[in-house]
Amino acid sequence: MKKSLVGLMSLTVVFLLAMVLSGCGEKEQADAPKKAVENVIKIGFPIPLTGDIPDVGESSKNAAEMILKQVNEAGGLEVGGVKYKLQFIYDDNESKAESAVAATTKLITVDEVLAIIGPQASKQAVPAGGVADNYKTPMISPWSTNPNATLNRPYVFRGCFLDPFQGPVAANFVTDEFGATKAAVLYDIASDYPKGLAEYFKKAFEELHGPGSVVAFETFTTKDVDFSAQLTNIIRANPDVLFVPQYYNEVPLIVKQAGALGWDKPIMGSDSWGSGDLMGLCGDDCKGHFFSTHYAAAGATGATKDFIEGYQAVYGKTPDDVAALTWDSVNIMLQAIKDTGGLTGNLANDREAVKNALGAVTNFDGITGEMTFTPDGDPIKCAVVVKIDDEGQFSFYESVCP
Amino acid sequence: MNLTFFFQNVVNALQWGSFYALIALGYSMVYSILMLFNFAHGDIFMVGTYIGFVLTTGLVALSAAGIVVLPNWLILVLTIVLAMLFTSCLGMLVERIGYRPLRGAPRASAAITGLMIGIILQTTVLSIMGAQRVLYPSLIPTTAYTVGGVSVTNIKIMIVFVSIALMIALHQFVQHSKWGMAMRAMAYDYAVVPLMGISINAIAALTFAIGSALAAVAGIMYGMAYPILDPSMGILFGWKSFVAAILGGRGSIMGACIAGFLIGFIEIFVATIFPSTLRDLIAYSIILFILVFRPHGLFGEPYSARLRL
Repeated sequence: MKKSLVGLMSLTVVFLLAMVLSGCGEKEQADAPKKAVENVIKIGFPIPLTGDIPDVGESSKNAAEMILKQVNEAGGLEVGGVKYKLQFIYDDNESKAESAVAATTKLITVDEVLAIIGPQASKQAVPAGGVADNYKTPMISPWSTNPNATLNRPYVFRGCFLDPFQGPVAANFVTDEFGATKAAVLYDIASDYPKGLAEYFKKAFEELHGPGSVVAFETFTTKDVDFSAQLTNIIRANPDVLFVPQYYNEVPLIVKQAGALGWDKPIMGSDSWGSGDLMGLCGDDCKGHFFSTHYAAAGATGATKDFIEGYQAVYGKTPDDVAALTWDSVNIMLQAIKDTGGLTGNLANDREAVKNALGAVTNFDGITGEMTFTPDGDPIKCAVVVKIDDEGQFSFYESVCP
Repeated sequence: MNLTFFFQNVVNALQWGSFYALIALGYSMVYSILMLFNFAHGDIFMVGTYIGFVLTTGLVALSAAGIVVLPNWLILVLTIVLAMLFTSCLGMLVERIGYRPLRGAPRASAAITGLMIGIILQTTVLSIMGAQRVLYPSLIPTTAYTVGGVSVTNIKIMIVFVSIALMIALHQFVQHSKWGMAMRAMAYDYAVVPLMGISINAIAALTFAIGSALAAVAGIMYGMAYPILDPSMGILFGWKSFVAAILGGRGSIMGACIAGFLIGFIEIFVATIFPSTLRDLIAYSIILFILVFRPHGLFGEPYSARLRL
């Protein structure tokens, strides 16, 4: 008797706690059913709200919510003379490949979205792109730079440049800027993006300086926190520069440990550095290093400046490149929906019309640069090299175009 | 492999192995008393790290606001003491609600209890702290010293020394205190010893408390060495430390320490010599190989779970 009473009481406490903690979620659900009668365009976002890179999911959602508010407050999106309200559905891909497949499938088949924006990291975008293409649903991955995400998939597009382009950008930059003739690479072999980029960098650098000029090519596996063995190997090989194409949660550990082992030469990064709270996690240790990316917030002008100021006003922080690319991707998608000239209501036909309109978009003037899609669904656009300055700002250093 | 390079890796391995050793102790002690593995221990380590994070952040904020101005070393000491206390309470709570009611239950039920508690702890921390990575505040600025070409930081030295000091303290406690004697007696036979007036509940709670306190210290030092925390950090660490506990010989305190350092050394040196991708593959193949020849672990004896040192 006493035992079951204790059990019941502790269960009650757990449920009460759970209700308190989830209290903030209730409001969103309450006003969802009202919209059923209006003309609605649904767009799905399979993004990483939890898992390894939650900041990326948050930035995506922030940028999307800004557009949603803007369009719906203006009465909706006008397509072929009819006003449609936008409805954005966010589904957590937990930063896992298998969850990205599940979330994308659910958005397409259960929620019946017209189009997909996301996933962001290549690890999820490559498998999710296969799902979208199978179901003939147009998808734009704003941030995935791995070629396989869009390769031979007519329904899949991306909002950023590719790793094969970013690799040479980094290789050329370290050669010109630091006079580097020997380079080292440290990357996560279990993740599509770092692995692809590390290999493109190695290829480009060895084309410039001959075979063997990448003197250390060290790897680790996702979730590793101790890189001392790899960094000891790298320091022993005595390269001029270290290339680290990793995400913001690993970069601080690598940079700090490298410093503790006596590394005092430059470290070059890739666009994954710019997302999330890199400086909050890394602090002074990351200052003075460089990375290639899609846009630089410091020193922006025009529409980009307006976007940054609008974002800061709502969320109180500077938008990262994920936010900027998501903004452009959603806007291109909306542009393509408008370009169809009118929706039929038949989901399969509309999805195909949107795909065709996306392929026809030329010189779209985005905040991360002008974009035109190649037949593969990849945009032609420029890369930016930024320096992390003494105030911890990502300041514009150099622009590199294809 | 020249000598400097070799010693650099030895230093790296000592730091890495310290964490495995401290966490393996928690597994080993619980096993020797209750004959079961507390699979939630990796997550208790994680919670200990977060408790340390909250305490340090709070105390630093209080100091910065000028409410209670404390020097950094005092903040560190307070954090360690309070985190040990809170995490011990958590360990005892886990024992009280997770293990004690199931003591007579089938083995499998007691084994999955740990897994479930682990998941509960992870999701609780996830819902309170959010999925965002947090930065463990640095109380002591990292200073790197170079001794004969080998880079050593003050943090590394502290970690290795504190770990070894704790192991010696635990040894003294188990061998030379009344409670320690009771624990050894209980490990010898937990069916008969309670008949002599020693409460198995008290001893079990004490064992969980000590194991959790060690995990809390490991967590705080982990935060200082690898300052990016996330709620799933305890899983893989817990598994590998569990391997250390088994490899050391189930129930052997010295075995757990030595095996923890051994795993640290194997992991670091494999990553140094082979492509680092193969690290876990080769490292754990070696450990499997050792177990084939020493099925009871390095210091284990057949049919006995005595708490030895």
